[in-house]
Amino acid sequence: MKRFGFLAWALWFGYAFLYVPIGLLILYSFNDSRLVTVWGGFSTRWYGELMRNDQLIDAALLSLRIAASSATFAVVLGTMAGLAMVRFGRFRGRTLFGGMITAPLVMPEVITGLSLLLLFVAMEQLVGWPAGRGVTTITIAHTTFSMAYVAVIVQSRLVSLDESLEEAAMDLGARPAKVFFVITLPIIAPAIVSGWLLAFTLSLDDLVIASFVSGPGSTTLPMVIFSSVKFGVSPQINALATIIVLVVATGIFIASLLMARQEKQRQRDEQMALQGG
Amino acid sequence: MSREGFAAGDDRTSAGPPAAPADAPTGRGSAVAAVLRRVGLSGRRVVVAVPYLWLLLFFLIPFLIVFRISFSEALIAQPPYSALLEWLEDPDFGELKLQITLTLTSYLRLFDDSLYIVAYLSSVKMAFISTVLCLLIGYPMAYAIAQARPSLRGPLMMLVVLPFWTSFLIRVYAWIGILKANGIVSNALAALGLVDEHFEILYSDIAVYIGITYTYLPFMILPLYATLERMDRSLLEAAADLGCRPWKAFLTVTLPLSVPGIIAGSLLVFIPAVGEFVIPELLGGPDTLMIGRVLWNEFFANRDWPVASAVAIALLMFLVVPIMVFQYVQGRQQDAEARR
Repeated sequence: MKRFGFLAWALWFGYAFLYVPIGLLILYSFNDSRLVTVWGGFSTRWYGELMRNDQLIDAALLSLRIAASSATFAVVLGTMAGLAMVRFGRFRGRTLFGGMITAPLVMPEVITGLSLLLLFVAMEQLVGWPAGRGVTTITIAHTTFSMAYVAVIVQSRLVSLDESLEEAAMDLGARPAKVFFVITLPIIAPAIVSGWLLAFTLSLDDLVIASFVSGPGSTTLPMVIFSSVKFGVSPQINALATIIVLVVATGIFIASLLMARQEKQRQRDEQMALQGG
Repeated sequence: MSREGFAAGDDRTSAGPPAAPADAPTGRGSAVAAVLRRVGLSGRRVVVAVPYLWLLLFFLIPFLIVFRISFSEALIAQPPYSALLEWLEDPDFGELKLQITLTLTSYLRLFDDSLYIVAYLSSVKMAFISTVLCLLIGYPMAYAIAQARPSLRGPLMMLVVLPFWTSFLIRVYAWIGILKANGIVSNALAALGLVDEHFEILYSDIAVYIGITYTYLPFMILPLYATLERMDRSLLEAAADLGCRPWKAFLTVTLPLSVPGIIAGSLLVFIPAVGEFVIPELLGGPDTLMIGRVLWNEFFANRDWPVASAVAIALLMFLVVPIMVFQYVQGRQQDAEARR
């Protein structure tokens, strides 16, 4: 930053805006007082109460299960979609396909939720599946909107990737499937990892769509948080928020360190290969 | 589903000498490929077809169903709407006739009751103001990060994206404690003697603006940073060499070149914000009308599925143009990246 003036102030203000609310949330999770904004001394009692809240823990486990499976499906489908968009040139219906990939990124959640619920109801009437709504329908819904994010991430990675490596492998007689698994997949692996993580968090975080397509007995964590938050602040939610923020921050930090190291290694290998050849 | 079973069955039926053990996986793989080719499915086609069919079934068709149900009548039944297509037995001829019933009741209600139109307009207004706030905070940040040393840019961007990875619901919740009466802001202002401690920003439109700006800010900064970082720095140097003042160079060079980023970021904030439900529900007051909230209440409280569908269709009609502009900009950006 050459001009330490307006820009630096804007940057500091922006980061303060982003982080002060989260910081306060964490601070008050250690507050002994039941009144969230009145400091009553340091205590970890809300963490203890959180651990004894069975309803919340069950919902968290359910949410984690749904997030893991929907992220995995989303990665498979999204990678296929990204590959098709970038590497397959023009094919019939490509415009519609591209539209269906980018639209979920901005589609208001209430519309997605309502439309998927009506689909599930209509399908149940017509073919008897899915019978009722629950984990399966939530997983399908989450897969659908998060595969769009994965596709976009994979696309931008593929676009910046030099095609000559893949072409060289083809010229040497490798079949397309082999080229994908041996050449393309390792290179786009960072994009796939971040796609999976993103899909996982999006699923873990979704309230609106899950509320539409869930049934009795499939209450996810955001639904529990929402119903307790609607009636004001509760210190237990502060404790839960702190745990989520810490887990996510460490996870992202480790993942980005690993990816940066791998990227450096790959670049070094490429350099070596170029110099050797 | 059962690829393995498929492959095994194929091996048994395939004529010719059995493949050498070492080649077994490839032999089986190519046999599968051969069968798939015979039914007209190359690997390439499968890669397109699977996500394509998935999106058709779970993204496109649902909208058609919403469209259909928006023309039904609400009933107290399971599911709570009248059938649109019905087979009727004609008593005179004893044959079946297909009867199509279209009801415009739901759409008429959208126009009759001013609630809906007011809610649409106020959603657009609130989303627009929040988008402008995001732009005002986000642009200088994106610009500052793009100007920073290359080694700093990655970590600075990561700090922007990190809050996005933590729970959305919890980030909205964080503002309740800050904005409520006896909350952090009101206590601080009361200590300064500006207001009394019952001063409350929570449950008002301002709280909703803050909430939307806060949660959607990373979506604004990401595309802005992408275009600003890509910009050719020599253009600014040329402008400076020709005696252009920095702020003028910014207005005539940087700002016009960053328009694609501004459009992409603004739409990424504006479109979902119009249909936002959680933020007005948690931070807004009872009179904070937003269409996402109206749709939610029609569906969950009134159980009027046809009206909820009509609200969704009307919202979609309204958002089609911005969504298409967004897709156009997104496609252009991707092409630009490919050319790089």
